[in-house]
Amino acid sequence: MRFVTHRPIDVLGLLTTVTGPELGGTVLFVGSVRRGDGDGPVEAIEYSAYEDMLEAEFEKIMAEAAAQWPGSRVAGMHRVGRVPVGESSVAIAAAAPHRADAFAACRYAIEEAKKRLPVWKKEIFEDGSAAWREGDQPEAGIKPKIA
Amino acid sequence: MHLPKALSSATTVTVTVRAFARYAEILGLEETKLELAEPATVGDAVKLLRKSVPNGHLLPERPLVAVNLEHVLVEAPLRNGDELALLPPLAGG
Repeated sequence: MRFVTHRPIDVLGLLTTVTGPELGGTVLFVGSVRRGDGDGPVEAIEYSAYEDMLEAEFEKIMAEAAAQWPGSRVAGMHRVGRVPVGESSVAIAAAAPHRADAFAACRYAIEEAKKRLPVWKKEIFEDGSAAWREGDQPEAGIKPKIA
Repeated sequence: MHLPKALSSATTVTVTVRAFARYAEILGLEETKLELAEPATVGDAVKLLRKSVPNGHLLPERPLVAVNLEHVLVEAPLRNGDELALLPPLAGG
């Protein structure tokens, strides 16, 4: 399944890709575009991405989660393009035999995704203006993960 | 757009440079080829871009960078045919 989508995210569809008869706990995280409290009311966010790297990096994150929480399953989707306020931009589903591991794997995947995925956002304000909204630049850069 | 060679001597490596989001706007390009003297690092490529592309000086000296789809530090070596990506501070989610 591809991680990047240009269409609205089917969160329930995503959930069904990780559930299974041996997995007693499933956690779903959904991140949505909010009106914001910065430079004015936001109407939408225009997401752009380095799509090939996004796929490769999320594959790594899923493999890391599977190694840390054996028996767990993680899947995710990130929407790119224009995402209106209230709609989902990212979703991560994690299932594990027990709930503690499902929560931990889901938390790991979304936190690593925020730190490592090559995605950028431009806020589109209600008055039609737009501005890049960037994260903090890690001083040392992002170290490659040794597989 | 082809940029001038860093040096005309010795062996060189040619890499594809891709710029994203705000960096693509600053540099006015999404993709270019760069020829560098061997041995070359990501930092050498950034230095050359900062010097030779209009508005290149607006790039940080140590931007986030990836080579062949992997995060690397600017000290990483570049080999012929590599794809170097210049990544503005990430903002996924």
